[in-house]
Amino acid sequence: MADDHKGRVDELSGVETTGHSWDGLEELNNPMPSWWLYTFYASIVFAIGYMVLYPSWPVGGEKDHLKGTLAWNARDAVNKAVKDAAAAKDPMVKKLMATDISAVRNDKALARFAGRSGKAAFGDNCAPCHGSGATGSKGYPGLVDDDWLWGGTLEQIQHTIKVGIRSEHDETRNNSMAAYGDDELLDKTKILNVASYVLSLSGHGKEVGGDIAAGEAVFKETCVSCHGPEGKGMQKQGAPNLSDDIWLFGGKPADVIATITHGRKGLMPTWEGRLDEATIKALAIYVHNRGGGQ
Amino acid sequence: MNSPVSKPEPDITFFEEHKKVYPKKVSGTFRQIKWAILVLTLGVYYLLPFVRWNRGPNAPDQAVLVDMHHTRLYFFNIEIWPQEVYYLTGLLIAAALLLFMMNAIAGRLWCGYLCPQTVWTDLFMSVERFFEGDRRDRLALDNGKMTVSKFFKKLGKHFTWLMIAWWTGGAWVLYFNDAPTTVYELATFTAHWEIWMWIGILTASTYLFAGIAREQICIYMCPWPRIQAAFTDDEALNVTYRWDRGEPRGSVKTNKALLAEGKPAGDCIDCNQCYEVCPTGVDIRKGLQLDCIMCGLCIDACDSVMHKVGKPHGLIAYDTDLNIERRLKGEPEQYHPIRIRTVAYAIFIAAIMGGMAYSLMHRETFGLNVLHDRNPLYVKLSTGGIRNAYTVRLLNKERETKRFAIGIEGIEGITLKVIDIDNYKDGKAVVEVEPDRTREIRVLAFTPKGTKVGVSNPVTLTLTDLDTGIVSKTSDYFKGPRP
Ligand code: SF4
Ligand code: SF4
Repeated sequence: MADDHKGRVDELSGVETTGHSWDGLEELNNPMPSWWLYTFYASIVFAIGYMVLYPSWPVGGEKDHLKGTLAWNARDAVNKAVKDAAAAKDPMVKKLMATDISAVRNDKALARFAGRSGKAAFGDNCAPCHGSGATGSKGYPGLVDDDWLWGGTLEQIQHTIKVGIRSEHDETRNNSMAAYGDDELLDKTKILNVASYVLSLSGHGKEVGGDIAAGEAVFKETCVSCHGPEGKGMQKQGAPNLSDDIWLFGGKPADVIATITHGRKGLMPTWEGRLDEATIKALAIYVHNRGGGQ
Repeated sequence: MNSPVSKPEPDITFFEEHKKVYPKKVSGTFRQIKWAILVLTLGVYYLLPFVRWNRGPNAPDQAVLVDMHHTRLYFFNIEIWPQEVYYLTGLLIAAALLLFMMNAIAGRLWCGYLCPQTVWTDLFMSVERFFEGDRRDRLALDNGKMTVSKFFKKLGKHFTWLMIAWWTGGAWVLYFNDAPTTVYELATFTAHWEIWMWIGILTASTYLFAGIAREQICIYMCPWPRIQAAFTDDEALNVTYRWDRGEPRGSVKTNKALLAEGKPAGDCIDCNQCYEVCPTGVDIRKGLQLDCIMCGLCIDACDSVMHKVGKPHGLIAYDTDLNIERRLKGEPEQYHPIRIRTVAYAIFIAAIMGGMAYSLMHRETFGLNVLHDRNPLYVKLSTGGIRNAYTVRLLNKERETKRFAIGIEGIEGITLKVIDIDNYKDGKAVVEVEPDRTREIRVLAFTPKGTKVGVSNPVTLTLTDLDTGIVSKTSDYFKGPRP
């Protein structure tokens, strides 16, 4: 409880007290420094000016507020910033559209622009499946290695991004790996044998436990049309190379058997219409430059 | 205490109300030293930007220039790139050590003589004295009513202060822009608004710090008085009132009378001159205190008083408390400016400066900075080999286009490829870099199938200047899968 005293002058400091005493503790009445007060008054004046100019107070219903005489709002500011950024990029975008994709590398500034915008577009659109480092994961191809299903040249990459794989695009890249087991095209033994043969192409066949020679016969009959006589695949049809160490759906015996039994139908959407032509071009250049491009 | 001489105790207060300080004019050795330093430092500060230095074509000809736009720092024949900012770090460390050394030898030499706050305040005070007269006149002027003459004195002072402050800011921007061009632009009001803004900021701060706030900057705002307390020791010289000689103080008459009665009397005649000349309003007779910037002006004041009353100089002098004790005990004084501490500082400073000078003289005019890809660290290839990728920035500090060959070594059979480069020579990629520029390239390194590659292998990237054959190297790592 504060007892109210009249302000008195403290002997020790010679300063007047506020006149309040809490259990005998008193407070000296040293006024605010004037610079502090003036700063405070100045901020009040500033606040009034701010309220007049800028949106400030929620009046007139739940979603309404004072607009301020400048009628500034954050959404317009963002839209304008986006528009300005697009306008600033416009000359480079036009140049990128006009330049043949394989000639972009000859113009250092343009190549840098394509690399940078490709990187941004990749992070926004491609990274969810292919990974932020474009390393891919099971079922989602890595884009950094030198193994390409549909071809790794600039033009091929650009086309794949444009039309997608098994997408809604009319010219989509498409093929089918049949479900040889589910559709009873091959019985279990034959699947085991052919899996053994396929893995033997990259030096792993023995651990599967099937008859490699018998598997080879099945392969010649059933698989060569797409994967080729030596299992090296065929990029025209998107048929993977089976003789290397890179496996989109896993290279363990069980993975390979599962692939043959149930078939595979990976899907990549078409980006035409969702991304503009320049962005697709930039993306192709960025992906190509990760290191695997051909 | 048995001794008839006792050390005066300082009063302790909890709240310090600001009292305006009216330092009196003083002349003497230390004042002269301070004038000399003032003329020298301000002269350098205001004129240095105009000194020219020929660096050939395509380079600024200003001797000292911080070129923010091109991120270059020029200091006579030295050119510093942002990549070499460690030279500035080294300079700052050496400067800090120099400060410690000065402190160990003679206290706040920096504060008293060299600090910009002190130098500009000194200049502003002499302007004040020019318009308003010495201490007595200024006190009278401030206590008196506003008159036409007072108004014009104040106007003249503040106007001159603002002019000096403006030129202080004006000189500052010249260190960041070509000086003659900028002066011309300022004179024709065509300078960039940022230049005006910086001049404005520095005008305001100079006027405020040197004209208005003055000693309050030293006492309340500056961290150095607090820090320096940690770097002083018993042997460091400080501006000291030799109370062993001065006490008990008293007017010439009183003390004469005391002496006549056979009682002790000190040399201090209690004339308060030391207090009146002090720019921070300190009475040094209360002992060493935080507010004292050790400018030595009270030494000058007291010395001239001692001269008048026919006593020896040095009642206030650079001295130590240890010596006061020694004299009280009748022992001889001792001074140790050279001791382990100061020698150690000197060695550190010499080592840092020497190291920097050596590396400046031997630094390369080109080089490469390497950044290993973080995601992925390595890529397994269909051939069975492994690939790593690096982002490499090539630096060409020369004023002509250079051709470099970049190679990699450290692992048997390692080869390299640079994105968008088709020109290879002996397994190295040939890359051109424009004059005074950097160039970023993407380097791919491959090991063939079957090469044993551990998780992390040291490799060296080499950059060969194809004109001179000089090689610059940077080490990095080649990453591989866990075995
Ligand atoms: S006490 Fe003496 S040395 Fe210290 S600031 Fe004052 S005049 Fe300068
Ligand atoms: S100037 Fe010297 S004599 Fe005068 S009061 Fe100060 S210490 Fe004493």
